[in-house]
Amino acid sequence: MDNAAIVGVAQTKYERRKKDQIFADLVFDVTRAALDDAGLGIDDIDSVVTVSNDFFDGRTISGMAVGDACGGQDKNISTVSGDGTFGAFYGLMRVLSGYKATIVVAHCKGSEGSLPLATNGMFDPIFQRHLGIDAISSAAIQANVYLTRYGIREEDIAQVSVKNHGNARRNPFAQLPMEITVADVMKSRKIAEPLKLLDCCPISDGAAAIIIAGEEVVARCKTKPAWIKGVAHCSEDYLLGDRDLANPVALRDAARRAYKMAGIRNPLAEIDVAEVLEPFSYMEPLWLEGLDICEPGKGFRMIDEGVTVMGGKLPVNPSGGALSANPVLVAGLARLIEASLQVRGDAGARQIKGAGTALAHGFNGPCGQSHCVWIVGGNR
Amino acid sequence: MPTENAQGELLKVTFTHPMPYDWSIGLYGSRFFQEIKENRRFIGIRCHGCGLVYVPPRRVCGPCFTELTELVPLSDTGVITAFSVVNYPFIDPNTGAQRPIPYTYGYIRLDGADNIFSHIINETDLNRIRVGMKVRAVFRETEKMEGNIQDIRHFQIIG
Ligand SMILES: [Zn+2]
Repeated sequence: MDNAAIVGVAQTKYERRKKDQIFADLVFDVTRAALDDAGLGIDDIDSVVTVSNDFFDGRTISGMAVGDACGGQDKNISTVSGDGTFGAFYGLMRVLSGYKATIVVAHCKGSEGSLPLATNGMFDPIFQRHLGIDAISSAAIQANVYLTRYGIREEDIAQVSVKNHGNARRNPFAQLPMEITVADVMKSRKIAEPLKLLDCCPISDGAAAIIIAGEEVVARCKTKPAWIKGVAHCSEDYLLGDRDLANPVALRDAARRAYKMAGIRNPLAEIDVAEVLEPFSYMEPLWLEGLDICEPGKGFRMIDEGVTVMGGKLPVNPSGGALSANPVLVAGLARLIEASLQVRGDAGARQIKGAGTALAHGFNGPCGQSHCVWIVGGNR
Repeated sequence: MPTENAQGELLKVTFTHPMPYDWSIGLYGSRFFQEIKENRRFIGIRCHGCGLVYVPPRRVCGPCFTELTELVPLSDTGVITAFSVVNYPFIDPNTGAQRPIPYTYGYIRLDGADNIFSHIINETDLNRIRVGMKVRAVFRETEKMEGNIQDIRHFQIIG
Protein backbone atom coordinates (compact mmCIF):
# COMPACT_ATOMS: atom_id res chain seq x y z
CA MET A 1 0.00 0.00 0.00
CA ASP A 2 1.47 3.38 -0.88
CA ASN A 3 -1.44 5.75 -1.45
CA ALA A 4 -2.45 6.80 2.07
CA ALA A 5 -0.50 8.48 4.83
CA ILE A 6 -0.78 9.83 8.34
CA VAL A 7 -0.39 13.57 7.85
CA GLY A 8 -1.22 15.04 11.25
CA VAL A 9 -1.02 13.82 14.84
CA ALA A 10 -1.69 15.20 18.31
CA GLN A 11 -1.78 14.03 21.91
CA THR A 12 -2.69 15.66 25.19
CA LYS A 13 -0.33 15.28 28.07
CA TYR A 14 -1.51 12.18 29.93
CA GLU A 15 -2.42 12.73 33.57
CA ARG A 16 -4.11 10.94 36.45
CA ARG A 17 -6.99 13.35 36.54
CA LYS A 18 -7.78 16.30 34.31
CA LYS A 19 -10.24 18.12 36.45
CA ASP A 20 -10.23 21.25 34.34
CA GLN A 21 -11.46 19.51 31.16
CA ILE A 22 -14.43 17.36 30.22
CA PHE A 23 -13.63 14.70 27.65
CA ALA A 24 -15.04 16.77 24.77
CA ASP A 25 -12.55 19.51 25.72
CA LEU A 26 -9.71 17.03 25.31
CA VAL A 27 -11.02 16.02 21.88
CA PHE A 28 -11.36 19.67 20.82
CA ASP A 29 -7.74 20.35 21.77
CA VAL A 30 -6.28 17.35 19.91
CA THR A 31 -8.47 17.93 16.85
CA ARG A 32 -7.16 21.47 16.43
CA ALA A 33 -3.60 20.40 17.19
CA ALA A 34 -3.70 17.58 14.62
CA LEU A 35 -5.06 19.98 11.97
CA ASP A 36 -2.29 22.45 12.82
CA ASP A 37 0.29 19.66 12.61
CA ALA A 38 -0.94 18.78 9.11
CA GLY A 39 -1.43 22.35 8.00
CA LEU A 40 -5.07 21.62 7.20
CA GLY A 41 -8.38 23.24 8.14
CA ILE A 42 -11.50 21.46 9.32
CA ASP A 43 -13.01 21.93 5.85
CA ASP A 44 -10.27 19.72 4.43
CA ILE A 45 -11.65 16.82 6.50
CA ASP A 46 -14.58 14.92 4.99
CA SER A 47 -14.80 11.90 7.30
CA VAL A 48 -14.64 11.52 11.09
CA VAL A 49 -14.06 8.45 13.27
CA THR A 50 -14.33 8.75 17.03
CA VAL A 51 -13.04 6.14 19.47
CA SER A 52 -14.57 5.74 22.92
CA ASN A 53 -16.09 3.26 25.34
CA ASP A 54 -19.58 3.73 26.75
CA PHE A 55 -18.75 2.15 30.12
CA PHE A 56 -15.76 4.43 30.65
CA ASP A 57 -17.72 7.49 29.57
CA GLY A 58 -20.84 6.47 31.51
CA ARG A 59 -22.83 7.37 28.44
CA THR A 60 -24.64 5.39 25.75
CA ILE A 61 -23.27 6.01 22.21
CA SER A 62 -20.47 7.99 23.83
CA GLY A 63 -19.08 9.05 20.45
CA MET A 64 -22.05 11.37 19.94
CA ALA A 65 -20.87 13.59 22.78
CA VAL A 66 -17.64 14.53 20.99
CA GLY A 67 -19.02 15.13 17.48
CA ASP A 68 -18.96 18.90 17.82
CA ALA A 69 -15.50 18.91 19.37
CA CYS A 70 -13.92 16.97 16.49
CA GLY A 71 -15.53 18.98 13.70
CA GLY A 72 -18.08 16.32 12.84
CA GLN A 73 -20.79 18.82 11.92
CA ASP A 74 -22.28 17.94 8.49
CA LYS A 75 -19.78 15.11 8.05
CA ASN A 76 -19.92 11.34 7.93
CA ILE A 77 -19.07 10.48 11.54
CA SER A 78 -18.92 7.04 13.08
CA THR A 79 -17.61 5.53 16.29
CA VAL A 80 -15.35 2.59 17.07
CA SER A 81 -15.68 1.11 20.53
CA GLY A 82 -12.27 -0.51 20.52
CA ASP A 83 -8.61 0.31 20.59
CA GLY A 84 -7.48 3.49 18.83
CA THR A 85 -5.52 1.44 16.29
CA PHE A 86 -8.83 -0.14 15.23
CA GLY A 87 -10.35 3.33 14.85
CA ALA A 88 -7.39 4.27 12.68
CA PHE A 89 -7.93 1.10 10.64
CA TYR A 90 -11.53 2.16 10.02
CA GLY A 91 -10.33 5.67 9.15
CA LEU A 92 -7.89 4.22 6.60
CA MET A 93 -10.65 2.10 5.05
CA ARG A 94 -12.71 5.24 4.58
CA VAL A 95 -9.84 7.00 2.82
CA LEU A 96 -9.24 3.97 0.59
CA SER A 97 -12.94 3.95 -0.27
CA GLY A 98 -12.80 7.50 -1.57
CA TYR A 99 -12.93 10.01 1.30
CA LYS A 100 -10.14 12.56 1.01
CA ALA A 101 -9.13 12.84 4.65
CA THR A 102 -10.34 11.19 7.84
CA ILE A 103 -9.65 12.48 11.32
CA VAL A 104 -9.58 9.79 14.02
CA VAL A 105 -9.99 11.00 17.59
CA ALA A 106 -9.84 8.93 20.77
CA HIS A 107 -10.51 9.96 24.33
CA CYS A 108 -10.69 8.38 27.77
CA LYS A 109 -11.02 9.71 31.28
CA GLY A 110 -10.07 6.74 33.42
CA SER A 111 -10.45 8.99 36.44
CA GLU A 112 -14.21 9.31 36.18
CA GLY A 113 -15.66 5.80 36.35
CA SER A 114 -14.67 2.65 38.19
CA LEU A 115 -11.98 0.86 36.20
CA PRO A 116 -12.51 -2.47 38.01
CA LEU A 117 -16.24 -2.35 37.29
CA ALA A 118 -15.87 -1.01 33.74
CA THR A 119 -13.33 -3.70 32.87
CA ASN A 120 -15.28 -6.37 34.77
CA GLY A 121 -18.01 -5.35 32.34
CA MET A 122 -15.99 -6.88 29.47
CA PHE A 123 -16.78 -10.33 30.79
CA ASP A 124 -19.76 -12.63 30.65
CA PRO A 125 -22.29 -11.59 33.32
CA ILE A 126 -23.63 -15.10 33.88
CA PHE A 127 -20.46 -17.14 34.36
CA GLN A 128 -17.61 -14.72 35.04
CA ARG A 129 -18.28 -11.24 36.37
CA HIS A 130 -19.27 -12.35 39.84
CA LEU A 131 -15.86 -13.99 40.28
CA GLY A 132 -14.12 -10.61 40.28
CA ILE A 133 -12.36 -10.96 36.93
CA ASP A 134 -11.32 -7.62 35.43
CA ALA A 135 -8.47 -6.16 33.37
CA ILE A 136 -5.92 -6.66 36.14
CA SER A 137 -6.86 -10.13 37.40
CA SER A 138 -7.21 -11.48 33.84
CA ALA A 139 -3.77 -10.06 33.07
CA ALA A 140 -2.44 -11.76 36.21
CA ILE A 141 -3.81 -15.08 34.95
CA GLN A 142 -2.16 -14.53 31.57
CA ALA A 143 1.11 -13.62 33.27
CA ASN A 144 0.87 -16.80 35.38
CA VAL A 145 0.33 -18.94 32.25
CA TYR A 146 3.17 -17.22 30.36
CA LEU A 147 5.73 -17.25 33.18
CA THR A 148 4.91 -20.86 34.09
CA ARG A 149 5.11 -22.07 30.46
CA TYR A 150 8.62 -20.73 29.86
CA GLY A 151 10.11 -20.58 33.35
CA ILE A 152 10.33 -16.78 33.21
CA ARG A 153 11.16 -15.04 36.50
CA GLU A 154 9.23 -12.07 37.85
CA GLU A 155 12.51 -10.11 37.75
CA ASP A 156 12.69 -10.69 34.00
CA ILE A 157 9.39 -8.96 33.31
CA ALA A 158 10.15 -6.24 35.89
CA GLN A 159 12.91 -5.08 33.51
CA VAL A 160 10.24 -3.93 31.06
CA SER A 161 8.83 -1.54 33.64
CA VAL A 162 12.32 -0.19 34.40
CA LYS A 163 13.08 0.34 30.69
CA ASN A 164 9.76 1.93 29.76
CA HIS A 165 9.41 4.25 32.75
CA GLY A 166 13.01 5.27 32.05
CA ASN A 167 12.21 5.95 28.37
CA ALA A 168 9.21 8.04 29.46
CA ARG A 169 11.64 10.62 30.86
CA ARG A 170 12.23 11.72 27.26
CA ASN A 171 8.51 11.92 26.39
CA PRO A 172 6.79 15.18 27.40
CA PHE A 173 3.34 13.54 27.06
CA ALA A 174 4.05 10.67 29.48
CA GLN A 175 2.34 10.51 32.85
CA LEU A 176 4.93 8.48 34.78
CA PRO A 177 8.53 9.17 33.80
CA MET A 178 10.52 7.37 36.48
CA GLU A 179 14.03 6.23 37.20
CA ILE A 180 13.49 2.88 38.94
CA THR A 181 15.26 -0.43 39.40
CA VAL A 182 14.17 -4.06 39.16
CA ALA A 183 14.33 -4.13 42.97
CA ASP A 184 11.86 -1.24 43.13
CA VAL A 185 9.43 -3.15 40.95
CA MET A 186 9.89 -6.35 42.96
CA LYS A 187 9.21 -4.67 46.27
CA SER A 188 6.22 -2.65 45.07
CA ARG A 189 2.82 -3.67 46.41
CA LYS A 190 1.42 -7.03 45.28
CA ILE A 191 -1.67 -6.35 43.19
CA ALA A 192 -2.56 -9.77 41.78
CA GLU A 193 0.03 -12.54 41.81
CA PRO A 194 2.51 -12.33 39.99
CA LEU A 195 1.88 -8.65 39.17
CA LYS A 196 3.14 -5.87 41.42
CA LEU A 197 2.06 -2.24 41.31
CA LEU A 198 4.98 -1.29 39.05
CA ASP A 199 4.13 -4.11 36.62
CA CYS A 200 0.82 -2.35 35.97
CA CYS A 201 -0.14 0.76 34.00
CA PRO A 202 -1.53 3.81 35.76
CA ILE A 203 -5.08 5.13 35.46
CA SER A 204 -4.96 7.98 32.97
CA ASP A 205 -6.93 10.78 31.37
CA GLY A 206 -6.12 11.89 27.84
CA ALA A 207 -6.96 12.13 24.17
CA ALA A 208 -5.21 11.75 20.83
CA ALA A 209 -5.96 12.40 17.17
CA ILE A 210 -4.53 11.48 13.78
CA ILE A 211 -5.41 12.54 10.26
CA ILE A 212 -5.21 9.91 7.52
CA ALA A 213 -5.29 11.26 3.98
CA GLY A 214 -5.14 10.13 0.40
CA GLU A 215 -2.50 11.35 -2.07
CA GLU A 216 -4.34 14.49 -3.14
CA VAL A 217 -4.48 15.88 0.39
CA VAL A 218 -1.02 14.56 1.33
CA ALA A 219 0.48 16.80 -1.34
CA ARG A 220 -1.08 19.86 0.30
CA CYS A 221 0.07 19.13 3.86
CA LYS A 222 2.93 20.98 5.45
CA THR A 223 4.14 17.97 7.43
CA LYS A 224 6.25 15.11 6.14
CA PRO A 225 3.82 12.18 5.73
CA ALA A 226 4.09 8.83 7.49
CA TRP A 227 3.17 6.47 4.65
CA ILE A 228 1.06 3.47 5.57
CA LYS A 229 2.94 0.41 4.32
CA GLY A 230 0.96 -2.40 5.87
CA VAL A 231 -1.82 -2.98 8.38
CA ALA A 232 -3.89 -5.92 9.61
CA HIS A 233 -6.34 -6.65 12.39
CA CYS A 234 -7.18 -10.16 13.68
CA SER A 235 -9.22 -11.53 16.54
CA GLU A 236 -9.59 -14.77 18.51
CA ASP A 237 -12.03 -16.36 20.96
CA TYR A 238 -14.03 -14.25 23.40
CA LEU A 239 -13.74 -16.50 26.45
CA LEU A 240 -10.28 -16.58 28.02
CA GLY A 241 -10.71 -20.29 28.72
CA ASP A 242 -11.00 -21.01 25.01
CA ARG A 243 -7.59 -19.44 24.27
CA ASP A 244 -3.96 -20.37 24.91
CA LEU A 245 -3.03 -17.21 26.78
CA ALA A 246 0.72 -17.70 26.27
CA ASN A 247 0.37 -17.95 22.49
CA PRO A 248 -1.05 -14.76 20.95
CA VAL A 249 -2.26 -16.30 17.67
CA ALA A 250 -4.40 -13.32 16.64
CA LEU A 251 -1.37 -11.06 16.96
CA ARG A 252 0.79 -13.46 14.94
CA ASP A 253 -1.85 -13.56 12.20
CA ALA A 254 -2.16 -9.77 12.15
CA ALA A 255 1.62 -9.26 12.14
CA ARG A 256 2.25 -11.69 9.29
CA ARG A 257 -0.46 -10.10 7.16
CA ALA A 258 0.86 -6.59 7.87
CA TYR A 259 4.44 -7.65 7.11
CA LYS A 260 3.36 -9.27 3.86
CA MET A 261 1.54 -6.12 2.80
CA ALA A 262 4.61 -4.02 3.68
CA GLY A 263 7.04 -6.42 2.00
CA ILE A 264 8.81 -7.19 5.28
CA ARG A 265 10.51 -10.60 5.46
CA ASN A 266 12.65 -10.22 8.56
CA PRO A 267 10.93 -7.89 11.04
CA LEU A 268 13.87 -7.68 13.45
CA ALA A 269 16.20 -6.60 10.67
CA GLU A 270 13.85 -4.39 8.70
CA ILE A 271 11.94 -2.48 11.41
CA ASP A 272 13.82 0.37 13.09
CA VAL A 273 11.56 1.08 16.06
CA ALA A 274 8.40 -0.44 17.56
CA GLU A 275 5.67 0.92 19.79
CA VAL A 276 3.60 -1.88 21.33
CA LEU A 277 0.65 -1.61 23.71
CA GLU A 278 1.85 -3.04 27.05
CA PRO A 279 -0.36 -1.94 29.96
CA PHE A 280 1.30 -4.76 31.93
CA SER A 281 5.03 -5.46 31.92
CA TYR A 282 4.83 -9.12 30.81
CA MET A 283 2.89 -8.07 27.70
CA GLU A 284 5.85 -6.46 25.93
CA PRO A 285 7.89 -9.68 25.60
CA LEU A 286 4.77 -11.75 24.87
CA TRP A 287 3.72 -9.39 22.09
CA LEU A 288 7.28 -9.36 20.65
CA GLU A 289 6.92 -13.14 20.32
CA GLY A 290 3.55 -12.72 18.62
CA LEU A 291 5.11 -10.15 16.29
CA ASP A 292 7.75 -12.73 15.16
CA ILE A 293 10.46 -10.40 16.43
CA CYS A 294 11.74 -13.28 18.56
CA GLU A 295 10.89 -16.94 19.15
CA PRO A 296 8.19 -18.01 21.60
CA GLY A 297 9.53 -17.95 25.16
CA LYS A 298 12.49 -15.71 24.25
CA GLY A 299 10.86 -12.29 24.55
CA PHE A 300 12.07 -11.71 28.11
CA ARG A 301 15.73 -11.87 26.98
CA MET A 302 15.41 -8.92 24.60
CA ILE A 303 16.32 -6.30 27.21
CA ASP A 304 19.28 -8.25 28.62
CA GLU A 305 20.53 -8.77 25.08
CA GLY A 306 20.28 -5.03 24.46
CA VAL A 307 17.89 -5.41 21.52
CA THR A 308 14.87 -3.40 22.70
CA VAL A 309 16.59 -0.69 24.73
CA MET A 310 17.31 2.81 23.39
CA GLY A 311 20.32 2.40 21.11
CA GLY A 312 19.52 -1.29 20.53
CA LYS A 313 18.86 -3.04 17.24
CA LEU A 314 15.08 -2.56 17.63
CA PRO A 315 14.16 -0.10 20.39
CA VAL A 316 10.68 -0.86 21.76
CA ASN A 317 8.52 1.85 23.29
CA PRO A 318 10.90 4.83 23.28
CA SER A 319 7.85 6.81 24.42
CA GLY A 320 7.56 4.83 27.66
CA GLY A 321 4.57 2.90 26.38
CA ALA A 322 1.31 2.24 28.16
CA LEU A 323 3.13 1.44 31.41
CA SER A 324 3.89 5.16 31.54
CA ALA A 325 0.38 6.34 30.56
CA ASN A 326 -2.67 4.25 29.72
CA PRO A 327 -5.73 6.23 28.72
CA VAL A 328 -7.66 3.16 27.55
CA LEU A 329 -8.24 3.03 23.76
CA VAL A 330 -6.25 6.27 23.35
CA ALA A 331 -3.08 4.38 24.25
CA GLY A 332 -3.18 2.32 21.05
CA LEU A 333 -3.59 5.44 18.93
CA ALA A 334 -0.67 6.95 20.85
CA ARG A 335 1.48 4.02 19.70
CA LEU A 336 0.61 4.81 16.06
CA ILE A 337 1.28 8.52 16.65
CA GLU A 338 4.66 7.72 18.18
CA ALA A 339 5.56 5.45 15.24
CA SER A 340 4.55 8.22 12.82
CA LEU A 341 6.63 10.82 14.66
CA GLN A 342 9.62 8.46 14.54
CA VAL A 343 9.54 8.03 10.74
CA ARG A 344 8.96 11.77 10.32
CA GLY A 345 12.01 12.46 12.48
CA ASP A 346 9.86 14.55 14.82
CA ALA A 347 10.06 12.44 17.99
CA GLY A 348 12.21 14.95 19.88
CA ALA A 349 14.38 13.59 22.66
CA ARG A 350 12.98 10.08 22.13
CA GLN A 351 13.85 10.04 18.40
CA ILE A 352 15.55 6.90 17.10
CA LYS A 353 18.17 8.22 14.71
CA GLY A 354 17.45 7.43 11.10
CA ALA A 355 14.20 5.55 11.78
CA GLY A 356 12.79 4.77 8.34
CA THR A 357 10.31 2.02 9.18
CA ALA A 358 8.27 1.81 12.38
CA LEU A 359 5.79 -0.67 13.81
CA ALA A 360 2.78 0.27 15.92
CA HIS A 361 0.58 -2.22 17.75
CA GLY A 362 -2.68 -1.98 19.65
CA PHE A 363 -5.05 -4.54 21.11
CA ASN A 364 -8.47 -4.72 22.63
CA GLY A 365 -10.22 -7.17 24.91
CA PRO A 366 -8.84 -8.93 27.98
CA CYS A 367 -5.38 -10.48 27.50
CA GLY A 368 -5.35 -9.28 23.89
CA GLN A 369 -8.39 -10.79 22.22
CA SER A 370 -7.85 -8.81 19.03
CA HIS A 371 -4.75 -7.08 17.74
CA CYS A 372 -3.96 -4.49 15.11
CA VAL A 373 -0.47 -4.10 13.61
CA TRP A 374 0.68 -1.11 11.56
CA ILE A 375 3.86 -0.55 9.54
CA VAL A 376 4.59 3.06 8.62
CA GLY A 377 7.49 4.44 6.62
CA GLY A 378 9.07 7.82 6.02
CA ASN A 379 9.60 7.17 2.32
CA ARG A 380 7.10 6.23 -0.26
CA MET B 1 -26.52 14.10 42.68
CA PRO B 2 -24.27 16.00 45.10
CA THR B 3 -21.58 18.31 43.77
CA GLU B 4 -18.19 18.64 45.38
CA ASN B 5 -16.64 21.99 46.11
CA ALA B 6 -13.48 20.88 47.88
CA GLN B 7 -11.32 21.65 44.84
CA GLY B 8 -12.26 25.28 44.60
CA GLU B 9 -13.97 26.23 41.36
CA LEU B 10 -13.52 22.92 39.50
CA LEU B 11 -16.61 20.95 40.49
CA LYS B 12 -17.69 17.37 39.89
CA VAL B 13 -20.99 15.52 39.84
CA THR B 14 -21.29 12.06 41.36
CA PHE B 15 -23.73 9.30 40.33
CA THR B 16 -23.92 6.37 42.73
CA HIS B 17 -27.02 4.41 41.75
CA PRO B 18 -26.62 1.19 39.73
CA MET B 19 -27.88 0.58 36.21
CA PRO B 20 -29.79 -2.72 36.43
CA TYR B 21 -29.93 -5.53 33.83
CA ASP B 22 -31.99 -8.69 33.51
CA TRP B 23 -29.90 -11.12 31.44
CA SER B 24 -31.39 -14.30 29.99
CA ILE B 25 -29.14 -17.27 30.69
CA GLY B 26 -30.30 -19.11 27.55
CA LEU B 27 -31.06 -22.76 26.89
CA TYR B 28 -27.63 -24.35 27.41
CA GLY B 29 -26.65 -22.01 30.23
CA SER B 30 -29.83 -22.96 32.02
CA ARG B 31 -29.03 -26.67 31.48
CA PHE B 32 -25.59 -26.06 33.01
CA PHE B 33 -27.05 -24.72 36.26
CA GLN B 34 -29.85 -27.34 36.32
CA GLU B 35 -27.23 -30.09 36.05
CA ILE B 36 -25.39 -28.63 39.04
CA LYS B 37 -28.59 -28.55 41.07
CA GLU B 38 -29.84 -32.02 40.06
CA ASN B 39 -26.59 -33.99 39.84
CA ARG B 40 -23.92 -31.80 41.49
CA ARG B 41 -21.69 -32.03 38.43
CA PHE B 42 -20.88 -30.00 35.32
CA ILE B 43 -22.13 -30.41 31.78
CA GLY B 44 -20.27 -29.48 28.60
CA ILE B 45 -20.97 -29.64 24.88
CA ARG B 46 -19.04 -31.40 22.10
CA CYS B 47 -18.23 -29.98 18.67
CA HIS B 48 -18.66 -32.48 15.84
CA GLY B 49 -16.27 -30.47 13.71
CA CYS B 50 -13.15 -30.51 15.89
CA GLY B 51 -14.23 -32.87 18.69
CA LEU B 52 -13.53 -30.34 21.45
CA VAL B 53 -15.73 -30.33 24.56
CA TYR B 54 -16.59 -26.83 25.78
CA VAL B 55 -17.74 -25.83 29.23
CA PRO B 56 -19.97 -23.97 29.92
CA PRO B 57 -21.95 -25.21 26.93
CA ARG B 58 -22.71 -22.77 24.13
CA ARG B 59 -24.29 -22.94 20.67
CA VAL B 60 -21.30 -22.27 18.47
CA CYS B 61 -17.70 -23.45 18.11
CA GLY B 62 -15.77 -20.33 17.10
CA PRO B 63 -12.97 -21.96 15.08
CA CYS B 64 -15.38 -24.35 13.24
CA PHE B 65 -18.38 -22.00 13.08
CA THR B 66 -20.68 -25.00 13.52
CA GLU B 67 -23.73 -25.43 15.74
CA LEU B 68 -23.17 -27.52 18.85
CA THR B 69 -25.90 -29.87 20.10
CA GLU B 70 -24.30 -32.82 21.92
CA LEU B 71 -24.36 -32.13 25.66
CA VAL B 72 -21.75 -34.16 27.58
CA PRO B 73 -21.94 -34.80 31.35
CA LEU B 74 -18.67 -34.05 33.16
CA SER B 75 -17.62 -34.71 36.75
CA ASP B 76 -17.02 -32.16 39.51
CA THR B 77 -13.21 -32.29 39.36
CA GLY B 78 -10.47 -30.66 37.36
CA VAL B 79 -6.85 -29.43 37.27
CA ILE B 80 -5.46 -25.95 37.99
CA THR B 81 -3.90 -24.54 34.81
CA ALA B 82 -3.28 -21.01 36.15
CA PHE B 83 -4.18 -18.92 39.17
CA SER B 84 -3.71 -15.50 40.69
CA VAL B 85 -3.91 -14.50 44.33
CA VAL B 86 -5.70 -11.16 44.09
CA ASN B 87 -4.88 -8.51 46.67
CA TYR B 88 -7.03 -5.55 45.69
CA PRO B 89 -10.67 -5.04 46.66
CA PHE B 90 -13.40 -6.00 44.24
CA ILE B 91 -17.04 -4.94 44.48
CA ASP B 92 -19.29 -7.70 43.13
CA PRO B 93 -21.43 -6.01 40.45
CA ASN B 94 -24.14 -8.59 41.14
CA THR B 95 -24.52 -8.08 44.88
CA GLY B 96 -22.63 -4.85 45.65
CA ALA B 97 -20.71 -6.75 48.33
CA GLN B 98 -16.93 -6.63 48.57
CA ARG B 99 -15.16 -9.96 48.31
CA PRO B 100 -12.72 -10.40 51.21
CA ILE B 101 -9.11 -10.08 50.05
CA PRO B 102 -6.92 -11.82 49.27
CA TYR B 103 -8.80 -14.35 47.16
CA THR B 104 -7.60 -16.71 44.46
CA TYR B 105 -8.91 -16.60 40.94
CA GLY B 106 -8.45 -19.99 39.30
CA TYR B 107 -8.19 -21.17 35.74
CA ILE B 108 -9.36 -24.79 35.83
CA ARG B 109 -9.49 -27.49 33.16
CA LEU B 110 -12.48 -29.61 34.18
CA ASP B 111 -11.98 -33.34 33.66
CA GLY B 112 -13.46 -34.27 30.28
CA ALA B 113 -13.43 -30.70 28.92
CA ASP B 114 -10.93 -29.20 26.46
CA ASN B 115 -11.30 -25.51 27.27
CA ILE B 116 -10.85 -23.85 30.63
CA PHE B 117 -13.40 -22.90 33.25
CA SER B 118 -12.77 -20.17 35.78
CA HIS B 119 -13.80 -19.86 39.41
CA ILE B 120 -12.50 -19.12 42.89
CA ILE B 121 -10.07 -21.54 44.61
CA ASN B 122 -10.18 -21.45 48.42
CA GLU B 123 -6.40 -21.36 48.91
CA THR B 124 -4.44 -18.10 49.13
CA ASP B 125 -1.15 -19.47 50.52
CA LEU B 126 1.35 -19.46 47.63
CA ASN B 127 3.20 -22.34 49.29
CA ARG B 128 0.15 -24.57 49.05
CA ILE B 129 -1.10 -23.93 45.52
CA ARG B 130 0.57 -24.89 42.25
CA VAL B 131 -0.34 -25.27 38.60
CA GLY B 132 -1.21 -28.93 38.00
CA MET B 133 -2.99 -29.58 41.32
CA LYS B 134 -6.32 -31.42 41.28
CA VAL B 135 -9.39 -29.55 42.51
CA ARG B 136 -13.00 -30.44 43.25
CA ALA B 137 -16.01 -28.12 43.11
CA VAL B 138 -17.75 -27.29 46.38
CA PHE B 139 -21.40 -26.60 45.69
CA ARG B 140 -24.05 -24.87 47.78
CA GLU B 141 -26.61 -26.94 49.64
CA THR B 142 -29.16 -27.99 46.99
CA GLU B 143 -32.10 -26.27 48.70
CA LYS B 144 -30.17 -22.96 48.68
CA MET B 145 -29.24 -23.11 44.99
CA GLU B 146 -30.49 -20.22 42.85
CA GLY B 147 -29.45 -21.31 39.36
CA ASN B 148 -26.45 -19.01 39.07
CA ILE B 149 -22.66 -19.12 39.26
CA GLN B 150 -22.80 -18.71 43.04
CA ASP B 151 -24.26 -22.23 43.28
CA ILE B 152 -20.57 -23.15 43.01
CA ARG B 153 -19.02 -21.86 46.26
CA HIS B 154 -15.46 -22.42 45.11
CA PHE B 155 -13.02 -25.17 44.15
CA GLN B 156 -10.87 -26.89 46.76
CA ILE B 157 -7.52 -28.55 46.27
CA ILE B 158 -7.67 -32.33 46.57
CA GLY B 159 -4.07 -33.17 45.67
ZN1 LIG C 1 -15.20 -27.11 16.58
